[in-house]
Amino acid sequence: MIGTGRSVKSITARRRHPLARFAVVALALGLLGGGYALAAPNGSTADAAVASGKADDVAKGKDLFVAHCASCHGLNAEGTKSGPTLVGVGAAAVDFQVSSGRMPAADPGAQAPRKPLDEWVTPEAIDQLAAYVQSLGGGPTRPSAEQVDPAKGDPAKGGELFRANCIQCHNFVGAGGALTYGKYAPSLNEASPTQIYEAMATGPQAMPVFNDSTITPAQKRDMIAYITSVRGQVDPGGSGLGRIGPVTEGLVAWVVGISLLVLAAIWITAKKRQAH
Amino acid sequence: MDTPPKAIAGVSTFLDDRLGAGSFLKRNLRKMFPDHWSFLLGEIALYSFVILLLTGTFLTFWFKPTMGEVVYNGAYEPLKGVMMSEAYASALHISFDVRGGLLIRQIHHWAALLFVAGMVVHMLRVFFTGAYRKPRELNWLIGILLLSLALFEGLTGYSLPDDLLSGAGLRITQGVILSIPLIGTYIQFFLFGGEYPGEDIISRFFTLHILLIPGILLALITAHMILMWVQKHTQMPGKGRTEKNVVGAPFYPAFMAKAGAYFLFTFGVLALLGTFAQINPIWLFGPYTPADISAGSQPDWYMGFLEGSLRLMPAWEINLFGTSGGTVPLSVLIPALVPLGLIMTGLALYPFLEQWVTGDRREHHVADRPRNNPHRTSIGISAMTFYGVLWLLGANDEISANFHIGLYETTMFGRVAVFLGPAIAYFVTYRICLGLQRKDAEIVSHGVESGVIKRMPNGEYIEVHTPPADDILAHMRGKKEIPVIESAADREGIPPKGARSLIGRLRAKMSKAYGTDRVPLEEEHGEEHVAVGAGERKEVH
Repeated sequence: MIGTGRSVKSITARRRHPLARFAVVALALGLLGGGYALAAPNGSTADAAVASGKADDVAKGKDLFVAHCASCHGLNAEGTKSGPTLVGVGAAAVDFQVSSGRMPAADPGAQAPRKPLDEWVTPEAIDQLAAYVQSLGGGPTRPSAEQVDPAKGDPAKGGELFRANCIQCHNFVGAGGALTYGKYAPSLNEASPTQIYEAMATGPQAMPVFNDSTITPAQKRDMIAYITSVRGQVDPGGSGLGRIGPVTEGLVAWVVGISLLVLAAIWITAKKRQAH
Repeated sequence: MDTPPKAIAGVSTFLDDRLGAGSFLKRNLRKMFPDHWSFLLGEIALYSFVILLLTGTFLTFWFKPTMGEVVYNGAYEPLKGVMMSEAYASALHISFDVRGGLLIRQIHHWAALLFVAGMVVHMLRVFFTGAYRKPRELNWLIGILLLSLALFEGLTGYSLPDDLLSGAGLRITQGVILSIPLIGTYIQFFLFGGEYPGEDIISRFFTLHILLIPGILLALITAHMILMWVQKHTQMPGKGRTEKNVVGAPFYPAFMAKAGAYFLFTFGVLALLGTFAQINPIWLFGPYTPADISAGSQPDWYMGFLEGSLRLMPAWEINLFGTSGGTVPLSVLIPALVPLGLIMTGLALYPFLEQWVTGDRREHHVADRPRNNPHRTSIGISAMTFYGVLWLLGANDEISANFHIGLYETTMFGRVAVFLGPAIAYFVTYRICLGLQRKDAEIVSHGVESGVIKRMPNGEYIEVHTPPADDILAHMRGKKEIPVIESAADREGIPPKGARSLIGRLRAKMSKAYGTDRVPLEEEHGEEHVAVGAGERKEVH
């Protein structure tokens, strides 16, 4: 009795050791993760097919689509509860979303942010995805290099269109701004000329569509010329303070201006003639 | 060397005989000015104003205050060939084609921001030290007028360049005017010379901005300074300072040198900002057309609290005779008038309300330390919180965009905080004031901890306290009691005449709360501890 009693006791003691619960959780997680890794479909199959160059663009695009997009947009791009249908959005939409890193989305939020590209997102892969989506139901196509060449646009005309159509959300230099329900108009500083064109043509996320009858391709090029020339401009007045208007100016007036002058006042009055 | 050289003596005798300059200068150059860093804050506004006048004059040499349309053909490429008003084109011309023009424009704008900021910090100093009390109430009122005029001066200046941002400000101004019941539309047509925006408003604002308002400002600033000079500056409580003297340095040479240096500091900071920090980049905003509006359109900081109250306000309106007749847009009228009215009227009335509550008709030349009038300090911080919440929420779109907070959440937060914040601020400030008073009382009656532990012959340990330094002690003992009006009932149980009515009873109650000293400086047992401390100190050294 003593012998068995002791061994039971020692097992119980180990079971109740403070670290035991962590060990159990770690074991469970390890088993689950390992099992999933073995059972889950291997993502690199599609990439491998692309690399081997056997299938044509549409077929390869479909493989990429199934691997990276289908969980939200459905196996045939018909859309699900968590993602809209992509039939008819066109190659321009695919190029905009994927080349800016917005898609595939990292998590379902109010809006998908621009982020660094995954390794599989090469220009070639985007071409194939775009070809596949274009094959589903047409839609806006990607602009040619000439259509988005800032050097061929008229920035002054583009500026007028930009002020009339874009700045109410994107701010006067495209620094971005807030929208409702957690959405926002992103900064245009990182967008390439092609992406700016495609955004206007497809109206991603909260943005309205500016199709060719609303703003002609030539006008779009003017706007691209304006946006790129202003964002590339060295601020002639010193630091641009984020180029968001009087909010940062007021902040600087108080934090820098008044603080410096208060320090000066303290310094001046600290110098006293010693009374004897 | 007793007699001055003939060249000087001749001229000065000439002036002296005709102007009486000698005795005037003798009297005034020796004027004493008390020394405290916070007494220089008003000078930020004064010197900024001087710089505003000088830079503003420079700008008028090229600015064309007219709304006639021209095609831009200046140095700034992205606007070449764009139709714009002549005002905007000339502001661009100053920025890009006039040598030093952009620098002067930026210094002018930064000086405007610091002008109002200097006034505000100066006003807060005067409020929290009670320096507005008798005999300085009139100078306080002049100060409030100056602040109100400065806001209006800033508003007109903001509108002059006629860029897209200034147009947004103008549109809100027009909206506020329209929201005034009955006469709003008439005022709008009168001010703008017809439909908005018309072709007159820039030239009209120009006249107001460079002539009328600066003229009044200059006159009031002069009056403000003369009154300060005649009534003498208040001083902080301290050694040898009484209601009858001023302890400090004479105007000439000490204070003049300091004031001169401070002007150069102000100019230095403005030049620094004007050189290295871009302000109001009008070329980026583009010309104003009433159809365009930009995200992040904000007023300059001093109008931010009005912007915030407009953004917080729910969309209320009253339609009196259907929508055709009398619409009263409360959603514009209330935020435009109520916070501004509360703050300005509150500021103007405070000295008189305080006098009414305390019944204090004495002259005050020694300032209060903020902790020693806890209710006043709490009211002040409470008002600052109210202003601060509105001001912060004026930037709610930038807060939302840059800190990834939902836009509506910021609005909801503001709607609660604008009421709750001041209440919390009042309570917290009041407790902090009492805590600081307790600390003072402890130092006065027990001295300062010396860090030396002594063992007594009977085995008891005590910490040796050293008496506080003379000047610090005098500073703390400068606390004066706040009077409380007489309201106790006499032997027959009849309260004095003034305290019988409802208002009288309320006044008595408020007076008691406002004036009662909850932490008297001297406590009964104070003496013996200081004695022990002092006695022990001799042994230690």
